[in-house]
Amino acid sequence: MTLPTLNFLAILPLLILVAATLLVLLADLVVRNKRVLTFLGLLAVAASLAAVLLVRPAAPTFQGMTLADELGLFASVAILVATGLALLLALERTSDFTRRPGAYVALLLLATAGMIVMAKASDFITIFLGLEILSLSLYILVGFAQRDARSNEAALKYFLLGAFASGFFLYGMALIYAATGSTNLAEISKGIASHSASLPFAPLLPIGVGLLLVGYGFKLALVPFHMWTPDVYQGAPTSVTAFMSVATKTAAFASLIRVLAAVWSGDRPWLLALAGLAVVTMTLGNLAALRQTSLKRMLAYSSIAHAGYVLTGLAAGNDRGFEGALYYLIAYTFMNLGAFATIQAVQRRDQNDVTTEQITGLSTQRPGLALLMTVFMFALTGMPPLVGFFGKLYVFSGAVQGGMTWLAIVGVINSAIAAYYYLRVTVLMYMGGATAAAGDIPRTGWAVWTTLVITAVATLALGLWQQPWMESIREAVTLLALR
Amino acid sequence: MVPLSWYLILAAALFCIGVFGALARRNAVGILMGIELMLNAVNINLVAFWRHIGPDQMTGQLFAIFVITVAAAEAAVGLALIIAIYRQRNTVNVEEIDMMKG
Repeated sequence: MTLPTLNFLAILPLLILVAATLLVLLADLVVRNKRVLTFLGLLAVAASLAAVLLVRPAAPTFQGMTLADELGLFASVAILVATGLALLLALERTSDFTRRPGAYVALLLLATAGMIVMAKASDFITIFLGLEILSLSLYILVGFAQRDARSNEAALKYFLLGAFASGFFLYGMALIYAATGSTNLAEISKGIASHSASLPFAPLLPIGVGLLLVGYGFKLALVPFHMWTPDVYQGAPTSVTAFMSVATKTAAFASLIRVLAAVWSGDRPWLLALAGLAVVTMTLGNLAALRQTSLKRMLAYSSIAHAGYVLTGLAAGNDRGFEGALYYLIAYTFMNLGAFATIQAVQRRDQNDVTTEQITGLSTQRPGLALLMTVFMFALTGMPPLVGFFGKLYVFSGAVQGGMTWLAIVGVINSAIAAYYYLRVTVLMYMGGATAAAGDIPRTGWAVWTTLVITAVATLALGLWQQPWMESIREAVTLLALR
Repeated sequence: MVPLSWYLILAAALFCIGVFGALARRNAVGILMGIELMLNAVNINLVAFWRHIGPDQMTGQLFAIFVITVAAAEAAVGLALIIAIYRQRNTVNVEEIDMMKG
């Protein structure tokens, strides 16, 4: 037996992250000033980002287990940027909820590694492995505020539902393996294309894909698999919520896009099923968000709705829709992270949430924060020229091009519903009289300001300046070769 | 030789028992046990399919080993979370763990 040669350069970004995780854990034992650990994490993220951008191995690596294509690159960059921002966000506030900031940084890096594995994976084994690395790290991160009963409860709920979903996910993978004889996405695609009807277990394929979709549905918080989302987003420390709401979505959607492209048959029933899922996800998410008084809970329901918009792009079933979905993920990364960052800046040190009452009259107390929050709310609503507008424009025009005009119309109606609760936040901040509670807002440090400014500038700039990176998105979608 | 369909029926039955356990149990540890059953059902499927499709490729077995490893890690994290919540509230009944609603 000969051992195959492994191209370790291909997984350099991952090696850096995992090495940094271990290093942070070790350094935690000796370093007195825990802020150093966060900077170590930031350094690792920067190094990993450089490795992603500069080292571009060709062709599948590790026997086709991972791919180094444009989609993987794209998702990795989005995930790493989110990690960097989340680390900055946590720098000043980790001490509010934990005495072990070292483990916090380490787990954040490990979750990032899992997300990148998932986004680059081209085999069921690696997809599953990536999913579990990211999930296990996030279960712990969600419950990191040990003294806060809500955080513990959120972690337990997330764990139980996440592990339950893993079961469906795996069962679906096993059935697809049976139907096609392989766990490799490229092989599966070939098997289906060449002799789909003559495969011995061909009937298992649709069941397998369906179960797999249930698994992805849980991770992406699609209705009807969304029950955990509001509780988990509300209970988790705000910096964790900011991170997981955007980065998990990017990783899972990148992986879902890959799987869909492999088992793709372009069948109308499948597209309609995805479209139906998108419609209920958007509508229920937005309607439930209308009556929330906790901002974190409101944004949790809004994130469910946004997953629905991204799914609209996938349901369109054409290149335009997929491009729109990828654009939307980048847009969502910045605008949602920014919104959660503002919530963290406003929340009291002994609290883990902000109510609509607390932000009433914020503009008189903290004009800067109120202005930034307004930018993010406008972007989430989809106002031009911010990123959110173009994201919606692209996914909806993809749906129209795919012959699903009704889906685009439902999407637009949903955006109008969503405008109500996003703009209500703005109205409260500017027009409500100042409440006494607003006085407890702690001083906002430079790290949080940096996060806020970066996300706000990106929210504006990426809408106005799209040419270079839209080309990279196009290339990513072209490489998927949808049939 | 035992035909493949028997294994598949066994795995499907085990999976359904697991799903039922996870949904019907009120004790968090019980739910975790149901989930473990689901994962083991998948393992039976994977190994049975591996034997049937062609034992020259190790994929199915390899996958099963990964599933076992991950299930162990999952149990460790899950039990730790359950202990953390038990210390705080003296209960692991999921019906009583419901501070957040709406």
